[in-house]
Amino acid sequence: MAADTTVYKEIEGKGGDYYSLVGWLGVMIAAGLGSVYYMEHHGHIVTGMTNAVVWGTPHVFAVFLIVAASGALNVASISSVFGKYHYKPLARLSAITALALLAGGLMVLVLDLGRPDRLIVAMTEYNFKSIFAWNIYLYTGFFVIVLAYLWMMMERRMVPHSKKVGLFAFVWRLALTTGTGSIFGFLVARPGYDAAIMAPMFIALSFAFGLAFFIILVSVIYRSSGRPLGDLILFKMRNLLGVFIAAALYFTVAQHLTNLYAAEHMDVEAFILMDGGIYTFLFWVVQIGLGSLFPLALLFNPATGRSCQGIVVASLLVIIGGLAQMYVIIIGGQAFPMSMFPGMEVSSSFFDGVVHSYAPSLWEVLLGLSGVATTVLIIAVAVKYLPLLPTSLSDAKVDPHHAAKDA
Amino acid sequence: MTDTSMSSVDTSPVDASSVNTSRRNLLKGGAAAAVVTLAPGITLRTVEAAITGPATSAKRWGMLIDATAPEGVWDLAVDACKAEQGWGKAEKDANPTTDPQWIRKVSIKDPKTGAKASLPVMCQHCANPPCVDVCPTGASMKREDGIVLVDKHICIGCRYCMMACPYSCRSFVHEDVRGQKPHMPRGKGTVESCTMCVHRVDKGQKPACVEALNKAGSNAIMFGDLNDPNSDISRAVSQYVTQRIRADLGVEPGVHYRGI
Repeated sequence: MAADTTVYKEIEGKGGDYYSLVGWLGVMIAAGLGSVYYMEHHGHIVTGMTNAVVWGTPHVFAVFLIVAASGALNVASISSVFGKYHYKPLARLSAITALALLAGGLMVLVLDLGRPDRLIVAMTEYNFKSIFAWNIYLYTGFFVIVLAYLWMMMERRMVPHSKKVGLFAFVWRLALTTGTGSIFGFLVARPGYDAAIMAPMFIALSFAFGLAFFIILVSVIYRSSGRPLGDLILFKMRNLLGVFIAAALYFTVAQHLTNLYAAEHMDVEAFILMDGGIYTFLFWVVQIGLGSLFPLALLFNPATGRSCQGIVVASLLVIIGGLAQMYVIIIGGQAFPMSMFPGMEVSSSFFDGVVHSYAPSLWEVLLGLSGVATTVLIIAVAVKYLPLLPTSLSDAKVDPHHAAKDA
Repeated sequence: MTDTSMSSVDTSPVDASSVNTSRRNLLKGGAAAAVVTLAPGITLRTVEAAITGPATSAKRWGMLIDATAPEGVWDLAVDACKAEQGWGKAEKDANPTTDPQWIRKVSIKDPKTGAKASLPVMCQHCANPPCVDVCPTGASMKREDGIVLVDKHICIGCRYCMMACPYSCRSFVHEDVRGQKPHMPRGKGTVESCTMCVHRVDKGQKPACVEALNKAGSNAIMFGDLNDPNSDISRAVSQYVTQRIRADLGVEPGVHYRGI
């Protein structure tokens, strides 16, 4: 492995663009916090959530961000754990992005609680049979481990140890995403969940979501700060994103094929794949079409796959497809009625036996977006005050042995 | 209990020896709390000991519901629960998708044969309750005697228990609550469900729904100790084949049904 001669430097962050970005992010966060106040003051009655669809748009954003967080750490893991030195210059940014995504996601999750004021209760009272309780440890542990990893990468004396911590962080992030997928996998009574495949599927999704976010981030920061970004690293990430999208698709196909094979799951599959209205549309058009197949075409088509814009658009579509997938899993899974009396027609004043309706409220959307804004703000502040970014990601810097040919 | 506004006060004498300062143990131990509002913002808490003693696993409270009973009796049960526990609103104020329902009448029909039945569904007080398994703080809990409850003081309102309940028997309090009962503090932002009238059971009484039906001359909901071979309910469940909803899940509900 070549000696690391990368020069890391804070971005200047003095221009009007930087401050207007920070200003807009501040406005989005304030709007989200205002929504939280409104929701907590009046109760969740002002949201679109009900006693049947108990998790709504905030959870779509929160789970997406948390899943993406562990995936964003992959770039660092690839360099530390798997020894791919091309990715090493981006390892620091990868770690801070992972932390920022997790912080944004957890913020949304916590602020949607019925009693967010009782966060201290969640920190002090544990039921260790609950995957939620495990997740509290997995999430806080992730912060500690990734912060230590980041510090070791940045502190010259500690660099030799960073590989070990990087391996630990990699194992931890696999556990973390397993925990997030298992939130749904462990729901034994709901036909849309209750599947062990949720855990590995969420890991595959995290690879794709996290890298897509990271590619956009790197492209935007390098373009706006005027630092060189060569094709070599970009094309490497492009290839990786393609593999991750394919892996996510694989798990999605396996999940639905397995369900289709079991007669008892036919109804829920028919709902998601054929008769589910918005959920069917989101599944086929947004998740599969726009969010998976179209990005794959963009990434591997020579015309678009060799341009930064093409790769960024593909990444953006992966994120949109990912949000759609979260919507289908989280809300579609609840909208489909639970089967209390299999084979029977069921009705009641509590909407048993019917598809539950849900329409996101403005407050939920603002809360979700404030989580994204928090993530971006943390990164914006971090890259301004910490030497996280290489001054150049030109092909020659990324790979000293690089002969000017394409990846 | 700061959220609680009281309209009536339980002034039963307090057995000082049984006072338990842990709220969770209080609920688990089979004691009922009473709160007296002395002045705005000042409340006096008292603890009323369970006449039947602490909850133990020697008992397994359960119900047997006769789904062949006339449909009208289930409305009596629902109304009795509302009156006893202080949930439910006038029809003009109702928000059907967000209002809590601790017990509801469910109608089922076999689409092939046209056969119909109607039955009440409430918390099934499972022996292996998924809601208790998933609750991160332990607010969802099962007493030794099988009654499944929510400790409103440590419920953070995450609603994971509602995702996990196979019977949709839990409700989230979506707005401010009015008309609370001293024995049943409720709170916006927390989850609630049928308590099997634990405050009555601990005094040796029957749940409100059962009593209301008995008063109307119906025995359509039978309540008792499933562990006591001489109890009426034990004799009944040993005499008839009973069903439990989604028995395939292995959660072992404490509520049995006949005639579905």
